[in-house]
Amino acid sequence: MKAIDPITLGVIQAGLQQVCDEMDLTFSRAAFSPVIAEADDRSDGIYDAKTGALIAQGEGGLPIFVGTMQFSTATLIEFIRDGRALPPEKGDVYIVNDPYLGGTHLMDVRFAMPFYYKDVLFCWLSNTGHWPDIGGAVPGGFSAKATEVEQEGLRLPPVKLVKRGKMDPEIYAIICSNIRLADQRIGDIKAQLAALNIGARQLTELLDRHGAKTVQAAIGEWRKRAARQMRARIARIPDGVYRSVAWVDSDGVVDEPLKIALAIEKKCGDIYFDFTGSSPPCRGPMNSVIATTYSSVYLAIKHIFPDVPINAGTFEPLHIKEPDGTFLYARYPRPVSGCAAEVSQRIAEAVFAALVEALPDIVTAAPAGSSGNFALGGFDPQKDRPYVMYQLSGGGYGGNARQDGLTNGCSTIGISKTQPIEVLEQIYPVLFEEYSLREGSGGAGRQRGGFGINYRVRLRRGNARASFVMDHGRVGPQGSLGGEDGARNLVTVYRNGEAYVPEHLSKDQDIAIAVGDVIAVSTPGGGGFGDPLARDPEAVFRDVGLGYYTQAEARDRFGVVLLDDGSGVDAPATAALRTG
Amino acid sequence: MIAGIDVGGTFTDLVLLDPRIDGGMRLVKVLSTPENQAFGVLGALAETGCDLAQIDAIIHGTTTTTNAVLERKLAVTGMITTRGFRDVIEVGRRTRPQAYGMFGAFEPVIPRNLRLEVAERMDADGKIVIPLDEDGVRGAVRALLDAGCESMVVHFLHAYANPAHERRAVAIAREIWPNGYITAGHELLSEYREYERGVTAAVNASVRPILHRYIERLQSELTARGFRRDLLIMNGNGGMVSAQIADREAAKTVMSGPASGVMAAAHTAKCCGFDNLITYDMGGTSSDVALVLNATPAVSNELALEYAMPIHVPMVDVRSIGSGGGSVAFIDDAGMLKVGPRSAGAAPGPICYGRGGTEPTITDANLVLGRINPDGLFATSGAPPIADIREILRQRIGAPLGLGADQAAAAILRIANDRMAGAIRMVSLAKGHDPRDFTLFAFGGAGPLHAMALARELGIPRVLVPGRPGITNALGCVVADLRHDFVRTFNRPLDAIDIDDVRAIFTQQAAEGRRAIEDEPIDIEDIRVLHGADMQFIGQTHLIDVPLPSPKVTRDTIQTLFETAYFERFRVELPEIRASLVNLKTSVIGQRPPIDLAMLIDPKGRKATLDEARIAARPVWFDGEWREAAIYARDLLPIDASFDGPAIVEQMDTTIVIEPGNRVATDADGNLLIHVEGAP
Repeated sequence: MKAIDPITLGVIQAGLQQVCDEMDLTFSRAAFSPVIAEADDRSDGIYDAKTGALIAQGEGGLPIFVGTMQFSTATLIEFIRDGRALPPEKGDVYIVNDPYLGGTHLMDVRFAMPFYYKDVLFCWLSNTGHWPDIGGAVPGGFSAKATEVEQEGLRLPPVKLVKRGKMDPEIYAIICSNIRLADQRIGDIKAQLAALNIGARQLTELLDRHGAKTVQAAIGEWRKRAARQMRARIARIPDGVYRSVAWVDSDGVVDEPLKIALAIEKKCGDIYFDFTGSSPPCRGPMNSVIATTYSSVYLAIKHIFPDVPINAGTFEPLHIKEPDGTFLYARYPRPVSGCAAEVSQRIAEAVFAALVEALPDIVTAAPAGSSGNFALGGFDPQKDRPYVMYQLSGGGYGGNARQDGLTNGCSTIGISKTQPIEVLEQIYPVLFEEYSLREGSGGAGRQRGGFGINYRVRLRRGNARASFVMDHGRVGPQGSLGGEDGARNLVTVYRNGEAYVPEHLSKDQDIAIAVGDVIAVSTPGGGGFGDPLARDPEAVFRDVGLGYYTQAEARDRFGVVLLDDGSGVDAPATAALRTG
Repeated sequence: MIAGIDVGGTFTDLVLLDPRIDGGMRLVKVLSTPENQAFGVLGALAETGCDLAQIDAIIHGTTTTTNAVLERKLAVTGMITTRGFRDVIEVGRRTRPQAYGMFGAFEPVIPRNLRLEVAERMDADGKIVIPLDEDGVRGAVRALLDAGCESMVVHFLHAYANPAHERRAVAIAREIWPNGYITAGHELLSEYREYERGVTAAVNASVRPILHRYIERLQSELTARGFRRDLLIMNGNGGMVSAQIADREAAKTVMSGPASGVMAAAHTAKCCGFDNLITYDMGGTSSDVALVLNATPAVSNELALEYAMPIHVPMVDVRSIGSGGGSVAFIDDAGMLKVGPRSAGAAPGPICYGRGGTEPTITDANLVLGRINPDGLFATSGAPPIADIREILRQRIGAPLGLGADQAAAAILRIANDRMAGAIRMVSLAKGHDPRDFTLFAFGGAGPLHAMALARELGIPRVLVPGRPGITNALGCVVADLRHDFVRTFNRPLDAIDIDDVRAIFTQQAAEGRRAIEDEPIDIEDIRVLHGADMQFIGQTHLIDVPLPSPKVTRDTIQTLFETAYFERFRVELPEIRASLVNLKTSVIGQRPPIDLAMLIDPKGRKATLDEARIAARPVWFDGEWREAAIYARDLLPIDASFDGPAIVEQMDTTIVIEPGNRVATDADGNLLIHVEGAP
């Protein structure tokens, strides 16, 4: 076949991208659960018919799903091949959430639809949606204390939920018998199916227009170009070995920090990631399944080189040594609920910290790097129904060569917005008392970190249980090149007016909450970048005027003395303090 | 007589419709006066020589508010919020500007020290949880005044559900505040989502005094010159409102200039049978791109002016990029040639304008390559000779890249075109459309200079250049309809409604719209009323738009239309779940009489043959070499002219570069249709 012309290639590439973006949009727009509808905790993509390799993925999907669905689709294909799953037929949709089969945690439920064009299997359309509950010990699924996966919820191998266009009532009944809020799930399941149906329709139109052969050729060409582009970016890193360490607070069960040790070697145009020296598998749910570990590395690199398109070719120059014997390669029955949300972000932090000296102009100090999962499950007597409220939160980004860190940025692995307070309060029996910028939380630096937030939420009706899976409660996000660490995460629960701080700081579960009790969370600030004493004193003055730092912090953390009348910087005193 | 006046970053344009003058139409273009746009407006009117007392309506598109927000040159504005929530408009909803790349910065429109809190709280049902601390409001209002605020906004949680506290706080503020610049958060946008509503309200408050002062000054200047009516101001939805009320909803005027251009483009292209367009408007400072499907510009009420700046009022969906004729070319730290987004604007402007510009721009590159005629520039007498501009290009751009002056200028155009092509792909390809199905509608002073090269690169087969590309936004002001949109939150399960309530609301909205339109001092041909509903299945947060055939719908019709619309959109049925009627909407549209587009170019001035329209020939740089190109005067072209590139067509408001391989035809309305070679 002759080479495809660049205009057609561009049209097809953008067309495939559009199919995925349209699936993302459909899923969110049709969903009922605010986690998907408002927070976009979902992803849609197109995968190779034979290998499951990534062809295209929605730009609006959660970054942590960058690599994972190709692993789960590949596993599904393997299951079908060796008879562990039934062969696909037109109109089928498989459901799977097994973390060890190319997954993340149990709440991320994948649907995979074989896509036929003129009766031939052309590719797979897959999507993942974060279900607000999947059964298990705690509402919402983030059990901070689980020691085996069974405690985390219902685990589904790849099975057909939809057979030849009809939902299987038996499979559906099994699912509904094992999860909370089962009567509300049908709307989300249909939204997830709707996304695949819309994708199939759009993809058929694209193929009608260009022909299957041309589209197939374009996919191959695009994959080659992505690999070439990635290699061109990597070439900016000087050959050598770069090391870093990042810490997870604890596994939620044993109160000891977990270490991620990373050595990145750049040689011959490719890069090699080695996690040797990281902590062994842990008892609590902070183990990472291999697909998530891989995805975390991919997404960190994609953050550093954002202009490289995402398909299987993008990852070809990246080689990850299987981290056998560490908590970054969890096997059954290790609990894993914290891997997608938290461990993944520590892996990304390790990648940033290792490469910031080699690429100081494009890598930032550490971002807050926690999804800030807070789940509140209970029964609302007024609405006469059980509920699970599932609140995420952001934090400060790292300072960087260009600017101060962003305030209240999204988690490294996400792009989901937080739900409006006005939406949460419409649905759940809670009242927020505060939602504010967390003063002082940005790590000092030549460019300071961005700020985290404070929120306080009060239960209005009924009883509930609170669970937290957060991180950076023990140490704040790392500063870089002389910058200070960002402020660490704080959780306090006020029960009957008494303050309770979780033993593991950022992780806990099943805290009984009664009417009037208040949960207060302060999220991490970003790491500072460069020497705080090199920060422009006028910028510090401005920060104090806006209430970001106190006058005392200006002096102690930035070496800047302000005039007592608040009119500006005391330049001589500042110079004396900074040189002294 | 009706005058449409659009103020752009570089030029102020005027279209005067006057049935008494020969041709019925007069066009004027003058330089904008950024320090006070009114001077340009008055200058343009003066240039027409007409008696302002004879003008029935002046419809004005202004960039006053857009510029104020983008440049953060805002009125000092304070905000009063529910206690605990003053940071809502700063912390936002935990986003970053792009999915990948951990960078980003954001400057809230109201700084933190001017955002104060008072005790009060509504819950989601609109019930009072904490009563309003009225003394607290008084104290906060005084504190904002003391801090030098000129405008203020009250933004309370759940005010969409029950605005009582916001209304009371505004009433208290009115007793103290020395002017009328008080915005209540729920007024402009009565929908839940505290961040989006808050930012929209904050933007509105911050631009109100600026827009008000501007309009007031302009109106009084016009009145002093004999104008006897109220100005009409264009809104971003492509409609217009009376100047008296424009400032109250000042945020709605954001992006109104680009919107009116797209309205004119849709109108013009529809008249000659092209319903699917990509509009491409290149001016002095930026380029705007929009999509027109079935002759209707796409409108969205979820647009953001920039990162973290959502303005949730209905606006024509126009995407803007910082590439214009005045975009500055430079060599960056990495030794790469970059063009824009910084612009030399109207002052100092490109080097060739002779107003003190020293940095090479896209316009300078076009000039050096022979693509524009130096005599057609708005240059001062002190403009440097081309040889000097060439030398600057050679030194500043060519030398670091190892290129001569010509190649350096060509490289500037190549980089600029690449950026613009990317923006066009974003609105067409990225929405799943194939550019090959579209016509590129090129306008703005610089659009037709670049359109043919862009069309070739994008694979768009045809370019339409209207009669007066440089005044398209002003033309939009005189062809745009009057439009009033009404939204009422209803929020009840469909099976529990009283259909008479629904009908009453529709009837009332339609009556209010008709009244508003009949009050406007401008002729209309017909009034169209559109009804619709925003619906969802109970438990969802997103809405689906369901157009309804008449105000007298039945519940069954609504249910059926909703189910059909839902299935069309999502390909699933949900019999398990009940439907909810969330918002009732009515748009009342006053349609304006059509205008004769052929009059844009005086038919009597046209010559009988192409040769007579050919006024010169000069060398022009195409594809790496100098080629002799015929120069035609647009106004002299025969109405049935057809010819091939390379050629240049010159006219008062723009220059059209016809590339080698292009084929040009003219239609009855005087549009040029250019078939682009290399495109399918």
